[in-house]
Amino acid sequence: MDAAAILATLTPLVPGAAFEASPSIDFATIYVPVERLVDACRALRETRELSFEMLIEVTAVDFFPRTPRFEVVYHLVSISNRLRLRLKVRVPEGASVPTVQGVWPAAGWPEREVWDMFGIVFDGHPDLRRILMPEDWTGHPLRKDYPVQIRKVAQTYEPLEVTEQEFRANLERDRTRRMTTH
Amino acid sequence: MGIESEIEIPVLTTTVEKMVQWARKSAIWPVTFGLACCAIEMMAMSCSRYDIARFGAEVFRGSPRQADLMIIAGRLSRKMAPALRRIYDQMPEPKWVISMGACASVGGVFDNYAIVQGVDQVVPVDVYVPGCPPRPESLIYGIVQLQQKISRSKIA
Repeated sequence: MDAAAILATLTPLVPGAAFEASPSIDFATIYVPVERLVDACRALRETRELSFEMLIEVTAVDFFPRTPRFEVVYHLVSISNRLRLRLKVRVPEGASVPTVQGVWPAAGWPEREVWDMFGIVFDGHPDLRRILMPEDWTGHPLRKDYPVQIRKVAQTYEPLEVTEQEFRANLERDRTRRMTTH
Repeated sequence: MGIESEIEIPVLTTTVEKMVQWARKSAIWPVTFGLACCAIEMMAMSCSRYDIARFGAEVFRGSPRQADLMIIAGRLSRKMAPALRRIYDQMPEPKWVISMGACASVGGVFDNYAIVQGVDQVVPVDVYVPGCPPRPESLIYGIVQLQQKISRSKIA
């Protein structure tokens, strides 16, 4: 099933969306308009002839200084139909993309990674925190205009995960549990 | 000679300091801390072909609380730096650090935002072993250098 065949199935399911096949050397690739992304993803997942059950990855490309600057890329696999598909979404600088976590729960961490590395905001993401860089980092390192060879002082500590009171309470709870079980 | 010639039973006299230095340098227990490709050479060093057991440093410990030496084998990412510091802090005194390879010592080929440009920003380093990665012989030489440093150290 090439891009044209997938589009022939997909286009009637998402009326009014301007899909576009893209040349690629490996597997079918289509451009999806950002405002119909979630509808298209849901159709791709829930239509029987397509059934792309699996989200392999979410990533992005920075085409600086071209506009629109970014493309967010989704790789999908249909295990039941043995198909692969690449979705691309053009994103101008400062614009945001809707999260596809409602379609594939696995999108959570890859979308955090794209936000961390490229600064592309995913609307509706429940937990958009940094995932690769330290929490207090500023900037998005995979942008083409990022100063890669910057010098920063290495952070040698990380904040405590539990407070002292919580730690003591945990100890106390374990101790009482041990006493009651033995 | 001293008292040895005066009494009949065979004894050897020394100072407490020399004794402690000898004990410390002859059984350096490294903590297992491989970060990247240098760790492969470190493993080769501990295996039969190079056999660091000849120098008494073969007991790689899984827990920092049982270790004297931390061999930082590989590039240290900024995200890993707090974890490295925590493991170093968990090691009991006296403790030593070997910075193995170009990446751990100065950042190596990774001149970028993600890698700490020299682990001496995070922990005090006793011996730097150059190379990319260093051969096991180089690391053994580094450990021998560390042993000489320990045998020169004051115990109090």
